[in-house]
Amino acid sequence: MTELSQTGAAVGEPTTGAAPDAFLEVRDLKVHFPTDDGVVKSVDGLSFSLEKGRTLAIVGESGSGKSVTSQAIMGLHRLGTRGKNVRMSGEIWLDGKELVSAAPDEVRKLRGREMAMIFQDPLSAMHPYYKVGDQIVEAYRVHHKVGRKEARKRAVEMLDRVGIPEPAKRVDSYPHEFSGGMRQRAMIAMALVNNPELLIADEPTTALDVTVQAQILDLIRDLQKEFGSAVIMITHDLGVVAEIADEVLVMYGGRCVERGPAAEVFETPQHPYTWGLLGSMPRIDRETSERLIPVKGQPPSLINVPSGCAFHPRCPYADIPKGNVTRTVRPELEQVGTGHWSACHLSAEDRTRIWTEEIAPKL
Amino acid sequence: MISYILRRTFAAVILLLVVSAVTFAIFFLLPRLVGQTADQLAQQYIGKSPSKADIAAVKHNLGLDQPVYVQYWHFIKGIVAGADYNLGPTTVHCDAPCFGYSFKDHVAVWPQLTSRLPVTLSLAVGAAVMWLVSGVVVGVISALKPRSVFDRTFMGVALAGVSLPMFFTGSLAILLFTYQWPIFGRTYVPFTDNPAQWANTLFPAWCSLALLYSAIYARLTRSGMLETMNEDFIRTARAKGLPERNVVVRHGLRAALTPIITVFGMDLGLLLGGAVITESVFSLHGIGEYAVQGITDNDLPKILGVTLLAAFFVVIANLVVDVLYAAADPRVRLS
Repeated sequence: MTELSQTGAAVGEPTTGAAPDAFLEVRDLKVHFPTDDGVVKSVDGLSFSLEKGRTLAIVGESGSGKSVTSQAIMGLHRLGTRGKNVRMSGEIWLDGKELVSAAPDEVRKLRGREMAMIFQDPLSAMHPYYKVGDQIVEAYRVHHKVGRKEARKRAVEMLDRVGIPEPAKRVDSYPHEFSGGMRQRAMIAMALVNNPELLIADEPTTALDVTVQAQILDLIRDLQKEFGSAVIMITHDLGVVAEIADEVLVMYGGRCVERGPAAEVFETPQHPYTWGLLGSMPRIDRETSERLIPVKGQPPSLINVPSGCAFHPRCPYADIPKGNVTRTVRPELEQVGTGHWSACHLSAEDRTRIWTEEIAPKL
Repeated sequence: MISYILRRTFAAVILLLVVSAVTFAIFFLLPRLVGQTADQLAQQYIGKSPSKADIAAVKHNLGLDQPVYVQYWHFIKGIVAGADYNLGPTTVHCDAPCFGYSFKDHVAVWPQLTSRLPVTLSLAVGAAVMWLVSGVVVGVISALKPRSVFDRTFMGVALAGVSLPMFFTGSLAILLFTYQWPIFGRTYVPFTDNPAQWANTLFPAWCSLALLYSAIYARLTRSGMLETMNEDFIRTARAKGLPERNVVVRHGLRAALTPIITVFGMDLGLLLGGAVITESVFSLHGIGEYAVQGITDNDLPKILGVTLLAAFFVVIANLVVDVLYAAADPRVRLS
């Protein structure tokens, strides 16, 4: 079985137990939250891997499990009052260390140093009572035994690096004295202060002005090149994906439905849900008279996930495969191209036909 | 900042003037409006079956025969510049700030207030420290482990603490700890004389008073912390890899404490105007007890003095709280 993990980057059903070659590898990750109404299966068997210097975009609608996945990697679920209620299984390997079974304090020491996170809303994500510089200093000093002065120098340096003007002055500003884009830059400075090898950005541009979004994406891309870190970009914005991602992972109902190199997923998407996402994306080169094609219906309940293929209630092609297979059998990821995987019951011919004849012309 | 404090101080003086005018009106003007004459007022202060001449003399000496606004003017003037009082055979000068002489025991009000203030101050500050510390600690632990045995037990105790009246808890504390098992002293000793004895005597009173308040503070802290610990910036703090203790104290408590400090300042200010019931139960000769005397004797100068002093503390507490708030929360600007 170990041979399989050699090619781990693209394996749907990976081996368990042994350390992988990949920098980050997630194997059959499950994150369940027991509630009074039942168990919420936010992530239910997710596997992927990521190399340093590469960017993976995790795409999906609200509640598809993309944010939960990122917080699971960071080990943030297990903290606080709700921490006791989480059931987590599977494996998360970061640079040869397994995180799901690791002691909480071990994971804590990795947080902020080897893996860091940027959040959606930089205003609420920064402490309103502390100066921006002090918050960066704090992030640095958790993992480095240095004095205040040295850490402060480092904070100024980072603020300068993320493009904040007059960093030596702004280091003493409070978050509310920054504009939205500046705050997100400061958040990025805070996340990168320890040179983490994995950077998780959870919808980093969603709360920002459109004009600032591109700047922030550029910044993340530049910094990634400079530091050579792996980046996971959580987003529901396919525009962001096209801009920045090397690989794409499409999530639906807590599972991966399609995964592959970004260019391939955009050019020959293989899953009806991915088609839906592409169809609902506004494009500048499309006639304004044409309407967006939304994915019909509601995101699935994560307590009573639909049987068979979780997407079947919303899938226009659910009746094409013979028998009742879409309603009874859960499709597993199958290889559909080089490093390109999809979990769909439709036959390859049907998929190609529908994509080329029905979907692609409308996009 | 300085100009803000100056402006607020000026506003506070105006406010105190209004408070004094309203209090004055309640006790001097209202009785007249419902038909009480100056003669009847004067008679109250002489005692049994006074002669016509006595009444007239008292009325004149106390200025009761003058229009109310003139009396008020004399009162305010006395506070600022001092006043002379004709007490029959001699005329005494009452130095500023002069709040007048008690109608009943003919002792100047201001020295009484200042000599009683340390007692009230000792009671209030001691109890305040106790309830703030215990309330916040209990509240934080409860918030970190909501619905645990600790949480449920202490929130139950807190509920009892709010509901039990001082008559009960105070009397019980005295009965048990100064009579049944005489651990604590019975008579107040000034701090400057003997700090240990001072604390020893006041301890039961502090505990009884603190129980009442710490219950409220525990609940305030608990709900504040529960809310704060769900904030995004707490997640950020955790994502930095901070130890959980630092996350709770430096990030959680720091944010949750600010509104509590506001309530605390107000409560302390109110209490400095006299903890009426507690002082009565524990026989502490403080401002509160003085107020009770004034009210039972219908002794207007005492009532006026206590009211103004209490108002003064509330106003000051308000000012201090606002300045503190601006210091604690950088988003608040004083202007």
